[in-house]
Amino acid sequence: MKNMISKIAAVGIALGIGFGASAVAFASEYPVNKPREVDWSFSGPFGKWDLGQLQRGYKVYAEVCASCHSIELLSFRNLEEIGFSEDEVKAIAAEFEVTDGPDADGEMFERTAKPSDRIPGPYENNEAAASANNGAAPPDFSLLAKARAPERGFPTFIFDMFTLYAENGSDYIYSLLTGYKDAPEGVEVAEGTYYNPYYIGGKALAMAPPLDEGSVDFDDGTESTLDQQSKDVTAFMTWAAEPYLIERKQLGFKVIIFLLILTVLLYLSKKQVFATLKKK
Amino acid sequence: MAAKKKPGTPEPTRRDFLYIATGAMGAVGAGAVVWPLVNQMSPDASTLALASIEVDVSSIEPGQAITVKWRGKPVFIRNRTDKEIEEAKAVALVDLKDPVARNDNAGAEEATDINRSAGEGKENWIVMIGSCTHLGCIPVGLAGDFGGWFCPCHGSHYDTAGRIRKGPAPENLAIPPFQFVSDSTIKIG
Amino acid sequence: MSGGHSEYVPSSGMGKWLDSRLPLPRMVYDSFIAYPVPRNLNGWYTFGAILMVMLIVMILTGVTLAMNYAASTQLAFDSVEHIERNVNYGWLIRSVHSNGASMFFIAVYIHMFRGMYYGSYKEPREVLWILGVLIFLLMMATAFMGYVLPWGQMSFWGATVITGFFSAIPLVGPGIQEWLLGGFAVDNATLNRFFSLHYLLPFMILGVVILHVWALHVTGQTNPTGVEVKNMKKETVPFTPFATIKDALAIVIFMIVFAWFIFYLPDFLGHPDNYIKADALKTPAHIVPEWYFLPFYAILRAVTFNIGIPFTDIVLIDSKLGGVIAMFGSIAILFVLPWLDTSKVRSGNYRPMFKFFFWVFAVVCVILGWLGSRPAEGSGFSGMLLEGDFSHNYVAFSQIFTAYYFAHFIVILPFLGWYEKPSKVPPSIADAVLDDNAKPGRASSAQPAE
Repeated sequence: MKNMISKIAAVGIALGIGFGASAVAFASEYPVNKPREVDWSFSGPFGKWDLGQLQRGYKVYAEVCASCHSIELLSFRNLEEIGFSEDEVKAIAAEFEVTDGPDADGEMFERTAKPSDRIPGPYENNEAAASANNGAAPPDFSLLAKARAPERGFPTFIFDMFTLYAENGSDYIYSLLTGYKDAPEGVEVAEGTYYNPYYIGGKALAMAPPLDEGSVDFDDGTESTLDQQSKDVTAFMTWAAEPYLIERKQLGFKVIIFLLILTVLLYLSKKQVFATLKKK
Repeated sequence: MAAKKKPGTPEPTRRDFLYIATGAMGAVGAGAVVWPLVNQMSPDASTLALASIEVDVSSIEPGQAITVKWRGKPVFIRNRTDKEIEEAKAVALVDLKDPVARNDNAGAEEATDINRSAGEGKENWIVMIGSCTHLGCIPVGLAGDFGGWFCPCHGSHYDTAGRIRKGPAPENLAIPPFQFVSDSTIKIG
Repeated sequence: MSGGHSEYVPSSGMGKWLDSRLPLPRMVYDSFIAYPVPRNLNGWYTFGAILMVMLIVMILTGVTLAMNYAASTQLAFDSVEHIERNVNYGWLIRSVHSNGASMFFIAVYIHMFRGMYYGSYKEPREVLWILGVLIFLLMMATAFMGYVLPWGQMSFWGATVITGFFSAIPLVGPGIQEWLLGGFAVDNATLNRFFSLHYLLPFMILGVVILHVWALHVTGQTNPTGVEVKNMKKETVPFTPFATIKDALAIVIFMIVFAWFIFYLPDFLGHPDNYIKADALKTPAHIVPEWYFLPFYAILRAVTFNIGIPFTDIVLIDSKLGGVIAMFGSIAILFVLPWLDTSKVRSGNYRPMFKFFFWVFAVVCVILGWLGSRPAEGSGFSGMLLEGDFSHNYVAFSQIFTAYYFAHFIVILPFLGWYEKPSKVPPSIADAVLDDNAKPGRASSAQPAE
């Protein structure tokens, strides 16, 4: 056995050397900088939502992002899950008009939105969104926190399995929002795009820096810094992408504890069963 | 390991206990696995979100009716004329095929007109699930021998309070749980 | 080994009545209770049972997901999110199903490598092995079509690339591809038929699994010594309780790993791009299949050159067809493995050189998997040789390791059978077990390696 393992190791090392050169620098060209890791309230096996943060995040979304980005998989009723009361949700919904119908005359009509309606986006459809934004439709927010995740690379991704790091998408969004800066010397940026070393698709993106110091007034008195807004809206987007995230982790803990107990019982039973064999 | 099996006779009770505990634990696990698979068939959150609806009735004049969809079924909302109310009130309870109100808001009361309608001061309003109590067809309004509803499938006649008067249907048209949340808005469900 | 005779004795009158009409209880008794298994099986032999459980898990979660899924390009993506967000426990069932595919493949790869190491494919178990490879092929088809159903970007472009294989077939290729897709590109017709087939294939897998288990019960299991059972009484134990309890333990341990992914890392093994709705006008920067296909993907992309008659311009096999042939060949070669390994010794335990090359092969497969996840960049082997192009030359490395993959089967295994001098094989399982127990510190090797 020992012999075998040393042989595998030898093979591994031999191959490793051949690969060393390319393995080190195998991460793709973009993003230039890896996302900055934030200590989110929802990270880790015992993570929890910070409801105040999610509500602030909704406010950032509603007052800033929503003018370009839709969040079509969310219904108004979902906002109750982040601590808004039924009446507050009704009031939020009442600010929107949705198209319904056809009525008895076959006409579509506008009516006030209800909590069971999806949150309407800023554009009629994807094509309208694209044409209003120089051909690049602003992506929908519902799943963005899961749909954007720069490669972690070897061997980090192996450690992630044990440290349960799964906030890559959230870290990315936060880093992008706070990461705008002037292009460094010698880097050419196309007109109408903005340099951002955290952007996954290139060196610059079409979205202008969307958030500023004080662009939203928080109702709970939290200071409205760029960093705070970015964190809050990112947390909100993470929730929007996976509203059942906390439920999932909590159930997982119970399941794994149960399985561990069952493993111990089965192990002891197995030992006992095989003990009868040894005696023969 | 060796220490445990050395004594010549193992303790049967302790051994059995271990097997029973393991088996019981396994059974609990299997049961817990079955539950999500069964429960996924229950109405989901988006369906439940539509379990109650609010209807604006301000534009329904006396003598008019609208049909709205609630929990996948039609609900008739009718603003009755005084004549219709009088007709319904005039019917003696003994003449009714089904003397129970069938009103989710009134309990097991008698099927008087007031118990079938939206109540004191709102007698003109009648809200009913538009599903014939015979086999579930949708009755036609302002039709039949009693000026109420008529089910074309098997010929059940309902009066202006939606009570079954003639034909195969066994019960009065069911009245869903509803309330006036304001003078012009009814919340059903 | 099951020997044809049955020891089942119906205990009740009802049992006797049924036994003479439909001997189902007898079959269950003979297959899962009295069935004799070698007493020296180790933990690697539990993966068959784990796979059985995984197949059941996948069918159960799959059927329940199908109750809530809509196979239409307009609705598919949203219906999956509807399952995640609105359906009771929908997120759990979907996470079990999507991560279950990965766990299924982890288990099947371990099961296959175990078979390779202990020579489980050798006479008289060739048919058993071939049925296993068939199951593997069906699994790949099922997994591929299942991955298309969420209708994300990777679903769409994966389907486009994989169905593109068929267009490589000379003359009829493009026609076959159109027939498969039901159109000129992956679209609604494709999604619908993939859904239908994705629902059907697992039941075909189940059918072949029954044959696989049947064949197993005819020949009996191998064991780490590779020596056939000679003394039933001394060398075997009844399936129940010995194998059942050991398998149950292994299954639960496997479930812990499974649960770890389901509850804490549900998207770890997936690709973020699949959370973007399919867009026929936008290709993702890198199209990467699920991890379990990566080695084969690397082999596919390793063939970047046309194969023709030297010193002429005549192309016999262009690079596209060559890649497809190489990829399917890498699986097809498993079918003939029983005849490529010419060694008389079954278990790798007694084959020092084979043991070494077995592990090299395992590492090569992992490396091929890694190469499959890299972009297809580089000037290839010729560039490496002529221009010293080493950095990021993934194509070159893919070519080298693909060559090794095939060499393992075509050159190394036949050669070893002839050249290698095996170490001493114990005359019987009983001898081996006694021998093992005699050596201090090795007593545990007859026990499952938990």
